[in-house]
Amino acid sequence: MRTLRLVGVAWWLQLKMRSRSAFDGLLSLLYPGFFATTIFMMFKQGDAAGPALLSAAVGSSAMGIWSAVSTTAAFALQMERRQGTLELLVLAPQPFALLLVPLTLSMATIGAYSMIATLLWGRLAFGIHLTIADPLGFLVAVVVTVFAIGMLGMLIAISSIRYRFAWALGSAIEMPVWLICGFLVAVSDLPAWVRPLSAVLSPTWGVAAMRAAANGQSPWADLGWCVLTAASYGLVAMFVSRWMVHSARAHATLALS
Amino acid sequence: MNSLRIFFIGGLTSYRALFHWLSPWILVPTFLLTPLFQIFLFVYIGRTAGISDDRFFLIGNAVVNAAVPCLFAMGNTIGGERNTGTLPLLIASPAKRVPLFLGRALPVIVNGFLVAVFALITGSLLLRVDIPPATWGGIAVAIAACSISCTGLGLLGAAVALRVRETAVMSNIVLGILIVFAGVNVPVGAMPGWMQVVAGWLPMTHGIRATHDLAAGAALTDVAGTLLAELGLGALYAGLGLALLRWFEYESRARATLDTA
Repeated sequence: MRTLRLVGVAWWLQLKMRSRSAFDGLLSLLYPGFFATTIFMMFKQGDAAGPALLSAAVGSSAMGIWSAVSTTAAFALQMERRQGTLELLVLAPQPFALLLVPLTLSMATIGAYSMIATLLWGRLAFGIHLTIADPLGFLVAVVVTVFAIGMLGMLIAISSIRYRFAWALGSAIEMPVWLICGFLVAVSDLPAWVRPLSAVLSPTWGVAAMRAAANGQSPWADLGWCVLTAASYGLVAMFVSRWMVHSARAHATLALS
Repeated sequence: MNSLRIFFIGGLTSYRALFHWLSPWILVPTFLLTPLFQIFLFVYIGRTAGISDDRFFLIGNAVVNAAVPCLFAMGNTIGGERNTGTLPLLIASPAKRVPLFLGRALPVIVNGFLVAVFALITGSLLLRVDIPPATWGGIAVAIAACSISCTGLGLLGAAVALRVRETAVMSNIVLGILIVFAGVNVPVGAMPGWMQVVAGWLPMTHGIRATHDLAAGAALTDVAGTLLAELGLGALYAGLGLALLRWFEYESRARATLDTA
């Protein structure tokens, strides 16, 4: 219960802070919107209709969830370091990885706002009718995808703790994940060597589940894989964070790297 | 002579000092990898959307990436000075403003040009898109025109940075507008009328169109008018930027708001 309270309170606090940030709040809404607008125009130009347009709407709206997490998560611990709060997080009587869950989860939640905004934009500006065949399945898929992307963000945040310019790395991986996780392009259309990489990335399964629910197919198998991959990120992040924190304490480099 | 020194040496020094992206840890992911990823993303989306024209997406997305240093580095000419606490010294200096700020633009133009050329060459090799070698000279001129005009817009952004603290957010929004409107992924002719009007007033639009024409075999003289329009827009934005800088500088002095934006 204490853990749930910690995650809940910290998530709400982080969400309020990020909502007031021009970079995390405003840009996370607008930037994927620019890409979604271009994509809607491309599909309209290609005379897409029906399921193809619905699939594009779902994929481009989900792009915002990842967009809100990629750069910000990579830079999250640098920000804590700049603000002088990294030491407090490391010294807190809770596992370091657990403290990062609400942080990256709040980023993904901002991404969910972006998703709703993009779906509305598609409906109002491009006349894309979003007929969801399985609304409950779709809603669960969105929630699980937000959680899974938050966990992936946590792994990125922890892995980039020693990298001063981590934001550049986070920014650089934004578009590759859009591409290889099948947000808009079917994974089967990508080169064969990319597909194993797609399979270990939780957004691939999350987006597939959303699309399945929207089209009236069962999303649950994809959701199972999404949860499994997200849980594995949590496990890996826990071990990596222990090692990183131990190394930083032993070498007294927490504030210096 | 002093103005020339400020233009060349001051510009280069400022670029090296303020544009933190020159670290390889930023330069490689931002200037080399991201443009390629963007090209691949839109080539594949284009194929999925039923517009299988790899060359169109390659050219648009390669050239628009020239805007990244042009917008962000120029924004940093003011934002970076503020962050390092040197903005009051800059404003108090007796240096002429035109060579001071245009000198800062020169390295940025070269940077933008190199980013787009790298993306275009590497992208064409990886995607096996044929761009005849005879057209490369003209394409280089068109990319240079795009870099110049976009730096003009960046100078306007630098002026706004005297009032807006979030220069990175502002530059990202401008970049997003260029991606939507400038004919990067959707031909301007296929856009609604009001978007075509907006596109006509943006840098990149004319340059990208000229690059497409050149790659299709047009001679440089055929696209001279389009490229002049591109350069004219750059000059317009640069002029607006310099005028706005002068006005905001005056206001900042009068109201003592230089560091409170």
